[in-house]
Amino acid sequence: MKRLVLIGAIALSLIATGAMAQETLRVLTWKGYAPAKLIKAFEAETGIDVKLTYSNNEEMIAKLRATRGAGFDLAQPSQDRISFVQNKFPIYQPIDYSKVDTGQLVESMVDAVKKNSAVDGKGFAVPHCYGTTGMIVNQKLAPGADDWSDLWNPKYAGKISYRLKRPLLIATAFGMGEDPFALYGDIDAYRALMGRVEKKLIDSKKLVKNYWTSGDTQVAIIKSGDANVISGWDGKGWTLHKENPDIDFIAPKSGALGWIDTFALPAKSKNLDGAYKYINFMLRPENAAYFTNQEGYGTASKDAINFLNAEIKANFSRSFPPEDLDNIKWHPPVPAGFEKIESKVLDRVKAAK
Amino acid sequence: MKKRSGTFYLLMVPVLLWLGLLIVIPHLDMVYRSFRFETDDWEMVFSLNNYLTFFQDQIYWLTFVKTALYSIGVTFLAFVVTFPVAFYLTKVVGKKYSSFMTLLLLIPIWIGELVTVYGWMILLRDNGVINTFLMNIGIIKEPIEMLFTNFSMTIGLLYMSMLFMIVPMMSALDSLDDSLIEAASDLGASKWTIFRKIIIPYTTPGIVSGGIIVFMLVIGDYVAPNILGGKSSLWFTEQIYNKFLMSFNWNEGAAFGFLLLGLSSGIVWVALKLSGQKLEKVGS
Repeated sequence: MKRLVLIGAIALSLIATGAMAQETLRVLTWKGYAPAKLIKAFEAETGIDVKLTYSNNEEMIAKLRATRGAGFDLAQPSQDRISFVQNKFPIYQPIDYSKVDTGQLVESMVDAVKKNSAVDGKGFAVPHCYGTTGMIVNQKLAPGADDWSDLWNPKYAGKISYRLKRPLLIATAFGMGEDPFALYGDIDAYRALMGRVEKKLIDSKKLVKNYWTSGDTQVAIIKSGDANVISGWDGKGWTLHKENPDIDFIAPKSGALGWIDTFALPAKSKNLDGAYKYINFMLRPENAAYFTNQEGYGTASKDAINFLNAEIKANFSRSFPPEDLDNIKWHPPVPAGFEKIESKVLDRVKAAK
Repeated sequence: MKKRSGTFYLLMVPVLLWLGLLIVIPHLDMVYRSFRFETDDWEMVFSLNNYLTFFQDQIYWLTFVKTALYSIGVTFLAFVVTFPVAFYLTKVVGKKYSSFMTLLLLIPIWIGELVTVYGWMILLRDNGVINTFLMNIGIIKEPIEMLFTNFSMTIGLLYMSMLFMIVPMMSALDSLDDSLIEAASDLGASKWTIFRKIIIPYTTPGIVSGGIIVFMLVIGDYVAPNILGGKSSLWFTEQIYNKFLMSFNWNEGAAFGFLLLGLSSGIVWVALKLSGQKLEKVGS
């Protein structure tokens, strides 16, 4: 009995010292946001051991909410998903912008993210990268599809696919000629709009092949030819274009939806210094450019453009002629209570015949 | 009273830790959450609203009914598909080959559900293996739409779960003495009568315990309905997932979780009563 206790004590102390041996940084991020090459360079430069967990906006919030902001030292939520969560469950802590090398960032983007993520006047996020949700179209098999309204165009019946999540509801509203973001201040008007969106999606459900659910299924469904007109992310569309020139990302005429993903500090982050080092490292022009060249998403790093591949630059100019670039609808922060309305709509659309 | 030794208490520790930390405490926490409700003024109050939502909003209970019916159907299909296989492996083929074949049957479990589901996608899609083959030999002109339908979802659920049916059924069949079948046959019973009067009653505990496992696995599955199921295949677990992760409504999600637990346990209880089995007997 005594010996057992002794062994237990030794084992425990070993675990404790093992954890202390090296400085670690636990990052909650998206797949592709932390390329292996950059992580290795960061570890070599700082001696910090980086532990990555891949997630998405919804799971990020759920994970941090479950631990009240513990378990991770740095997270990468989208800028519109910070302030409403922070208001309800304090899972993040304010950013000390003096520790961020903002000189190497696009200033307007830093300001916008600071403002959109603000709670009580304090900013909670630093921009990392941006991209848009638009459409990915096989232009040979589905010529002419260039607007959100083509997601319910009978011409493409049976070859349409999209992800049944909140961006789709916003996109449908824009495709119907409405402006959902203008109604963010008026919950009743927004609820009525969502009712119209729901009806549109249920009426046109018979035209849809399937709802894709992840980045992988998004790529698979158009690559395999199961669908030709789908909602999708610009980076994915451009990767597909490289393999098959018929497929490309299209900015819908009624406006692609722009998102900005950020760096934010969980409330109980145990390695703030490491987190700031990581942020500054990832946004260094050559590192940010490496990420953009790999993934195709735009970066918040100002001078990264000097290090971009010609092909990547071509993607932006091909998919975003000036008028479409100006027409990007950037997601404003989601007001509280809206997700509840939207999730009911999504449930009803999914369950409809 | 007999004095318990130190070892006795020491051995109790893992059991108590497991039951307490991993089962009882999390469930109590979820029960508590399921009765909390956030009013429009952002105040948390005790209420039955989370449970009432399930009954008031028809899409929730309709989804549940659909999930339950499909799960019962898949359980029945699993029995139909696996019974002949189990019978062959235990009664017809020799012991040596039988264990080898059983091992082969288990391969899908080693690979994991997600991978097998993607495998089915390759087989079933419009220009997938099956459609291409059928079109090449000229049986069909246009591809048959199989992927993203209730059909493909059923296949996915069945494929993963039938292995859990076959193992208990084989152990039940294994202990059935061959001489019983021979005796019945000598006394002039037809094959159907032997099947109905001897084999089925004897293996019922195995069938029921396999059935319970399959039913519970299927009703709680998330991957197959989500990936193979297509645009109208809302599974009840998907709604619980959405409550937790999409609308951040843990309270309603917790309530739905307990409804799933309660309702599926109810179905199992009814099945046990109908088949005249006792949980202790089936569970062993």
